[in-house]
Amino acid sequence: MAVTADPPVRTRDRGGRDSLRLTGLLLALVLLGVVVVASLAFGAKFIPFGESWRLWWDNDGSSNAAIIHDLRLPRTMVGLMVGAALGLSGALMQALTLNPLAEPGLLGVNLGAATGVVLAIAFFGITTISGYVWFAFAGAALTSVVVFLLGNTGRSATPDRQILAGIAITTVMGSGIYAILVLRPEVFNKYRFWEVGSLGDVSVSAGWRVAPFVAIGIGLALALGPALNALAMGEETGRALGAHVMRTRLLGMLAVTLLCGGATAVVGPIYFVGLAVPHMTRMFTGPDQRWILLYSMVLAPVLLLLADIIGRVITAPSELQVGIVTAFVGAPVFIVLARRRRLAQL
Amino acid sequence: MSRLRAEGLTLSYDQRVVTENLGVTVPDGSFTVIVGPNACGKSTLLKALARLLGPKAGQVYLDEKAIGSYSSKQVAHRLGMLPQTPIAPNGITVGDLVARGRYAHQSLLRQWSKEDEAVVVEAMEQTSVHELAKRYVGELSGGQRQRVWLAMALAQQTPILLLDEPTTYLDITHQVEVLDLCADLHEQGRTLVAVLHDLNLATRYATHLIAMREGRIVAEGDPGRIVTAEMVEQTFGLKCRVIPDPETGTPLIIPVDRAARRSGVGATLG
Repeated sequence: MAVTADPPVRTRDRGGRDSLRLTGLLLALVLLGVVVVASLAFGAKFIPFGESWRLWWDNDGSSNAAIIHDLRLPRTMVGLMVGAALGLSGALMQALTLNPLAEPGLLGVNLGAATGVVLAIAFFGITTISGYVWFAFAGAALTSVVVFLLGNTGRSATPDRQILAGIAITTVMGSGIYAILVLRPEVFNKYRFWEVGSLGDVSVSAGWRVAPFVAIGIGLALALGPALNALAMGEETGRALGAHVMRTRLLGMLAVTLLCGGATAVVGPIYFVGLAVPHMTRMFTGPDQRWILLYSMVLAPVLLLLADIIGRVITAPSELQVGIVTAFVGAPVFIVLARRRRLAQL
Repeated sequence: MSRLRAEGLTLSYDQRVVTENLGVTVPDGSFTVIVGPNACGKSTLLKALARLLGPKAGQVYLDEKAIGSYSSKQVAHRLGMLPQTPIAPNGITVGDLVARGRYAHQSLLRQWSKEDEAVVVEAMEQTSVHELAKRYVGELSGGQRQRVWLAMALAQQTPILLLDEPTTYLDITHQVEVLDLCADLHEQGRTLVAVLHDLNLATRYATHLIAMREGRIVAEGDPGRIVTAEMVEQTFGLKCRVIPDPETGTPLIIPVDRAARRSGVGATLG
């Protein structure tokens, strides 16, 4: 099967496009680095970039070092993890469902986590975030399992059935949550702070607890790229090419649960990031899922940390929760981009 | 001995049974064409042969082993299938689409090799789409697009290739172009199985013809031998004359005139 390439024309020009994508990814990483340092520098007290950078690596015991190491560094690290998890789970959902408007919440993960938190507050008297984490995570995981089983009763677990099951479960649990909140106002007072999605009083220990799960989710998500590429041409074509449809979907949903469930358990539900980032990413990468996943993993924390910084700055000395800012900042950007050029679809 | 055959196949979609106890053998090195009226089960059979549809009963054998005992990638090394309506992801280029045919030959850590590159280039040259490599699939004409899909299937490098109505929606020129290409691939030693609608093109290109009706095989064999007016009437319920194709000598099916069909004795419909 050797090719006698008479004129050595590289018809696919892989080198060219892939090196462009690689350059873009490196730029995105640099951007992420800048945003990380900015996240250390900005806040109620501004600490110049150079000093922030130096104090990050050299904890000299000054009050500025304490601000960075005790407050801003944990917050930034959790933001990195949560952002990467949300971006990846959004990209996965869109690839699994072949729907550019899908987002991880459709599987009921967010509401599942919320239910866990409400139960923890209402019936177990737990009031700290590191205490909620397991309840939130268990709620998210259980919900995904139930949604998967419900959506799987027929011939096969198609993404459409999964989403329908997710919507049904979400409705039921939403009502359940409101019933508890209405009857128990003191629960509502605690729950509402979790519910807006915030990096503000996040606990590092909560972050550490879910980190292994998020790490597994990241590994799974990146490994699924090639199979998702094959399935993007339809289930039959994908199978004919050698992709394992059921396995890919199962592992994909598992990864969504680990990533989105883990992120939500730590910081509360944050919408929009998982929807918008993979969508915007496609404009640069084209429809190759391997690149979409990588880009989403890097760009989503950029958006999340930027939103967090803005939330800290505009209402200083108090702050606006990141869940609120992502929507306020992200939505207009999204609309501008969508109007400027037709969004590359799946 | 045949690399691809099926025994006692019962195929159904949910409750609707399409075929029962169907046996079929694809001769090695043949260009097998399956014909039959709409909903006779020909596409369903093709899907079962490609393990895209699991049988309710019976078994498909690939190289004398149940096809289900292979892994997805193992099957994809031996047998390729181009479904009727594959989806081209939006914004994908011809080159990238053809490259996706290499999935079964790649591992997670080795996503692209010199061999992949060589095979993809050759597949595109063979189907004459190499000049379109950087174009978007979405902006191609129907005929070009079909050749691109064939290139993707070729990049999979399988000795057996199944094609579900590869000429649908194409005008006559492009139908002939695609079938010429299929004949080339067959001459290079591949075993081809295609579902086709146009009987005259089927008899012209097939080396082995399978005629189906209501989930059963009515006739199979060398088209020159098995295609008769009776056989066509039995399969399609259409009165016709069969004459030698003046161009190739293969059977040419000509429906009898409308008036003759009306007055004709024993019109067979349904």
